[in-house]
Amino acid sequence: MLQLVGKRLVQMILIMITVSVLLFLSFEADKLNVASKVLSQYSTLDQRLIWLENNGYNRPMPVRYFEWVWNAMRGDFGESIQFATPVSKLLKEHLLNTAVLGGLVFFITVSISLVLGVLSGIAEGSSRDRGITVLAVLTTSIPEFASATILVAIFVFWLDWLPGTSPFTNGLNWNDVNQLVLPVMVLVIYNFGYYTRMTRASMAEVMTSQYVRTAILKGLPHGRVIKRHALRNALIAPFTVMILQLNYLLSGVIVTEVFFSYKGFGKLLYEAAMFGDIYVIEACAMVAVFIAVMSQLISDIGYTYLNPRIRFS
Amino acid sequence: MSDVTAETAAPAPPTGLKRLWKSIGLLRESYVGMFGAVLVCFWVFIAVFVDLLPLQDPLAQTRGAQMLPMLTADAKDVMHWMGTDDRGRDMLARLMYGARVVLFWSVLATVVAYSIGMIMGVTAGYRGGWWDEIISFIGNVFLAFPQIVLLLVIITAFGPSSQLGIWMTNELGLDKTLVSGSLIIIAITFSTAPQVARIVRGIVLDLKTRDYIAAAEVRGESPLYIMLVELLPNARGPLIVDACLRLGYVIITIALLGFLSLGLPPPDPDWGKMISDGRQWGYNGLNMMLWPALAISSLVLGLNLLADGLREISLRD
Amino acid sequence: MAKQGATVDKDTPVLECKDLSISYYTRAGEIPAVVDFNLKVMPGEAVGIVGESGCGKSTVALAIMQYMGKNGAIVGGELKFMGRDMRTMSEEELRNIRGSRISMVYQEPMASLNPSMLIREQLNEVLIYHEGISDEEATRRSIEMLDAVRLPDPERVMDSYPHQISGGQQQRVVIAMALLSNPQLLLLDEPTTALDVTVEAGVVELIKDISKRFGTSMIYISHNLGLILETCDKIAVMYSGEAVEFGTVKQVFDEMRHPYTRGLFNSIPLPGADRHARPLVPIRGQLPLPHERPRGCNFGPRCDHFRDGLCNVHELHMEPVKGQSGQSVRCVRYQDIDWDKAKPKAVEAETIEFGPTVLQVKNMQKYYEVNDGSIGALLTGKTTRYVKANEKLDFEAREAETVAIVGESGCGKSTFAKVMMGLETATGGEVILNGKEIGNLPVNKRSPQLVGSLQMVFQNPFETLNPSHSVGSQIARVLRKFGVAKDKEEARQKVLELLDLVKLPRDFARRRPRQLSGGQKQRVGIARAFGGEAAVVVADEPVSALDVSVQAAVTGLLTDIQRKRRTTLLFISHDLSVVRYLADRVVVMYLGQIMEQGNTEDIFSPPYHPYTEALLSAVPIADTSIEKKHIVLEGDLPSPMNPPSGCPFQTRCPRKIGAICEQQMPPLKEFGNGHRILCHLDDDVLTSMEPVIAMPGDKAKRGKASAKPATAPSSGRAKAAAAAAALAAMPAPVKEKARPAATPARKKAVAPARKPAAAKKAAAKPAGPVRLKKPESKADDLKLISGVGPKLEQTLNKLGFWHFSQIARWTKKDIAIVDDELSFKGRIERDNWLKQAKALAKKSGR
Repeated sequence: MLQLVGKRLVQMILIMITVSVLLFLSFEADKLNVASKVLSQYSTLDQRLIWLENNGYNRPMPVRYFEWVWNAMRGDFGESIQFATPVSKLLKEHLLNTAVLGGLVFFITVSISLVLGVLSGIAEGSSRDRGITVLAVLTTSIPEFASATILVAIFVFWLDWLPGTSPFTNGLNWNDVNQLVLPVMVLVIYNFGYYTRMTRASMAEVMTSQYVRTAILKGLPHGRVIKRHALRNALIAPFTVMILQLNYLLSGVIVTEVFFSYKGFGKLLYEAAMFGDIYVIEACAMVAVFIAVMSQLISDIGYTYLNPRIRFS
Repeated sequence: MSDVTAETAAPAPPTGLKRLWKSIGLLRESYVGMFGAVLVCFWVFIAVFVDLLPLQDPLAQTRGAQMLPMLTADAKDVMHWMGTDDRGRDMLARLMYGARVVLFWSVLATVVAYSIGMIMGVTAGYRGGWWDEIISFIGNVFLAFPQIVLLLVIITAFGPSSQLGIWMTNELGLDKTLVSGSLIIIAITFSTAPQVARIVRGIVLDLKTRDYIAAAEVRGESPLYIMLVELLPNARGPLIVDACLRLGYVIITIALLGFLSLGLPPPDPDWGKMISDGRQWGYNGLNMMLWPALAISSLVLGLNLLADGLREISLRD
Repeated sequence: MAKQGATVDKDTPVLECKDLSISYYTRAGEIPAVVDFNLKVMPGEAVGIVGESGCGKSTVALAIMQYMGKNGAIVGGELKFMGRDMRTMSEEELRNIRGSRISMVYQEPMASLNPSMLIREQLNEVLIYHEGISDEEATRRSIEMLDAVRLPDPERVMDSYPHQISGGQQQRVVIAMALLSNPQLLLLDEPTTALDVTVEAGVVELIKDISKRFGTSMIYISHNLGLILETCDKIAVMYSGEAVEFGTVKQVFDEMRHPYTRGLFNSIPLPGADRHARPLVPIRGQLPLPHERPRGCNFGPRCDHFRDGLCNVHELHMEPVKGQSGQSVRCVRYQDIDWDKAKPKAVEAETIEFGPTVLQVKNMQKYYEVNDGSIGALLTGKTTRYVKANEKLDFEAREAETVAIVGESGCGKSTFAKVMMGLETATGGEVILNGKEIGNLPVNKRSPQLVGSLQMVFQNPFETLNPSHSVGSQIARVLRKFGVAKDKEEARQKVLELLDLVKLPRDFARRRPRQLSGGQKQRVGIARAFGGEAAVVVADEPVSALDVSVQAAVTGLLTDIQRKRRTTLLFISHDLSVVRYLADRVVVMYLGQIMEQGNTEDIFSPPYHPYTEALLSAVPIADTSIEKKHIVLEGDLPSPMNPPSGCPFQTRCPRKIGAICEQQMPPLKEFGNGHRILCHLDDDVLTSMEPVIAMPGDKAKRGKASAKPATAPSSGRAKAAAAAAALAAMPAPVKEKARPAATPARKKAVAPARKPAAAKKAAAKPAGPVRLKKPESKADDLKLISGVGPKLEQTLNKLGFWHFSQIARWTKKDIAIVDDELSFKGRIERDNWLKQAKALAKKSGR
């Protein structure tokens, strides 16, 4: 088991290195482009050349790369072109907001989908199962920006219950909590279908397994069969995949943040992309990949821990 | 010994066309799948025959007829069934022509991504060893990006406003739509092909242990033959289902890029862009946003339901 | 513990099935899985149910447990446990019985145990839920029981997960779990099929002991007649959803009455006999699908004693055999058949001239490298270890000779096949085919001729053919690949010839593999292997996945072709009885080493290697007259990753002499005629061994024994004729009996009390179909329609439909009425019935 985790750790580091090289090459291989981005496109060539010289861009590329990585590891991603503040400060604020939104969504989605998935999987083929399955397909078919449109139409314009944007101008606080309702709803609706169907499939498979048959034919009460024999085995796969899916959740969060002007990581990245704020883009991409890779590692460790067949071999 | 195996009238093996017809017949058994197929066929029909339909010009801007609600006629007594947008363009026409734009680029992107993913997956799964490790590693690198982050990075670094994009437009004289479109396809390929490869690899790893593969190896077949003739045909079932789902996802992605103003350049109708256009107008833009939102949802829903129906049928026998 | 023993009435059967019928409902309608099944299990009795796959034997077991799944149901008859009808029990009552008074042991122990729960908990919960005792008490009893099923170190096993113990141990745990709360009835569903032969022997020994020690009644389900003989008192033979013969083991094994039972016995190899004295006779044809069962006797189309107009008229019932109390048979002609004539004739031993040596394996070694990435290994620097899959293989094979390679899992026989075929290369030594070294020549470096001259028949019939391509194209590909056929036309012609060779109809060329049965697929596999004019064919357990009656046909075919073409056959198998039938020489392997090799007769008679001796004694033999020694090996097969030191067999050897076995590799001893044994035992110890399988006296006596059943009819021919006459007259009285009640002569027909109600209901519907007052047909007319089973038939009868011709005349209105009446889950394919009924009506001219 330790060996497996070690192996994953090495792989994770390799992926981070590769990603950092790719990002660096994409954005900073062309020095003049960097200068034009920083000094705006109306700067003259001379200005750009001087800027390059002053900021050490005339050193060989590997040196610049290692310096960039070294600074990044210490949390220094340079200065935002757009806001003229350190990128790390921007990141800190926005990431916190995103963590609130993402955490809330993850918690609600997982709760709903585990319950629905198990309910649907233990009665495979029943009308309850079919109903839940169709609902799950239906909601996964409506992308976030479409469902956000529809929900805004209903809850903002028609019923006038909720605000249509979530800027949190006073920072996150309890008084504005209704601003969170729509973004959370949008994300939960889009994501719970996939989780539910996965839980359902896993549960249905376990319910037809021979060891569940053994448990039933041992004369155990139905509740014991489900709780002790089926659930544990059925939830291993969904649990790990749900964590793996953090990656996809993050994608959705970005779109939703843009839609509702929620000051999170996604909005920061999107605005940086539109503005050409390359240092922010680089930092955001690195952070996003880091989160994804970490979640993979956690998912792997969780899987080995939950599955005694791997834990003890 | 007189042990010729007696076999009573078994059905003659159906020919290719008949088999296709039979499998369509099978789909009838799944109401859900059938409903999905109808939705998909509707949009495909629209996309193919949109020129022949009695629609307004989707690009024609009518002055004084901006942002009409649905079912209203403009000053020239032209009926706008779904109203008009902020430039007085007919929504219905834009929606229908948008189907063509969306389906064309998404199908193309899916085909490209799928082909590359399949090649990666089959070779990695069958060949194994260091090749598998390399392919899997490359896949893992791109799968480590949240999809939108990858798209944003690729499009900002190499998009139409980047040096490369400017060079392509100015020096190569390429059409703006073509530049954006091919970039979208590349971006989608980077994010989708590794996923396809992962699935194909899994299937191949399973099929590889079958005796008929050993039989082919034992008679000295080349790896190419084994991959193309012995392995891939047996993987087609799950792959067709997956391709349906994948196409749905690509449609969402392309619309999303449009919504984020990173997609195809205006004025071509693009469902995602249409939503973001409407969004600027708040309450008044509702009519502009709802129709394309419903269009995307119905098309993707159709594909998902179709995939579900196909899977249900393939599990049956 | 109070319920045990004391209250059990010796005369009350533990379990009684009366006319039990079980159906499954699918989209295609009702599929009768078991029909009209009768069984009585008395206290302490062990009853075997034997039959081939698809005969319904497992369905019976699950029905007894009342576990039929969503789409299965008992549709008729009674099922009584200790005198109480189980069909009327509530879910709560059933739960109290399951696992406590009736328990079950399953085919795959690994899959039957929960992978993420400790064995401790899985055992204890049985006691906790059924007897309400404390966890400590339950643990104590569980450990006792693990000890009772002879598991070494029960405490350790208790704290293990299922995957941490071996297959044999897992099955012992499952048996212990089943016995924990002292059940009255134990159901064993193929409990040893997934185990290796020597491990199986130990588990069988344990099972035999159960009824003696615990007084438990048993139902033992198996496809293996030999196992039934070893474990059971009575036996029911099932065919196509019906019991066809029932009796004590002695009655059925010595004087079987049903042609199917007889066929089954004639098709299984007995290690006591060779192929000349008792040639194997396969049963022709194949098992009908449940909805394609013929009218009358289900075995009719495959039976050599079939009489048109007698066997295919009525539904048959179990009839007591005259003069044999307790034996019954489902055959109208059992008294008329002259078994003497039908007995397989001994054939002249054909002498086969073996040609020159074709294949030489000299000191062949195959090691696999295993990378050990554990931290301990990294520290000590021993990151690569070697698994010795083959060590010093040394043998030869001549032209037209059949050499069997025998061994259990992990013995390295499959690795050897891989090296032969060029999928792996040897680590050391040589493999010489016709003077050419091939052990180090991977398949892609071999010439097409060489590849074609060395081909293989694979084990799993369901994987041997590519499901995406037609049978013909797959054979043709081989022909083109090896340059046997130059163009398309020639290939097509040759494909047809090859199909003839393996006795398959020519139109199979256009079929897809999924339209073929397992045996047919295996025939195609043989055709493919011989397509390239192979000099050597390696057959890797080619029949182990097939039903016994099919096995005989496929092995027969394989050896026929091989002898005709003078091909060398390397037959890899774990089954010594099959090997005796077809091999000229035998190589016995254990953990990558050859323990013994020699001519077949030499292997089957002393001197033996102790492993061969144990292997021979482990083979279950379906012959009551044969006595054999029981040698049960301790423990399980060691893993090839960690082979024992010295002699590989020393950890389990019952004849181990001492330290020398653990320290030194044994010497190879020659006993003449190429008979070689790898063992430390002294020559005189080896030569003074007793034979494992003892024949009853001489051959003459054996002949008499098997001729016995045949003497009965021949002595009283007149009596037999009279019986036949009586049988022929039978339909008439039955019909007469039926007429007064105006219901058909059908046992599963509507119960009398419900009839008026049904009639009323029918009458209440004004626009009903043309209803028949009286059946105009004989029996089973409706069941000729696939999708109509006993239950649906009943319902249709109630509506006044007795014959398919009525269904053929159905109007829309009728269909609506029928739909109204049939309230089944899912879609029932009525349209399909109509089509079938019309076709049937057309055929019968109505």
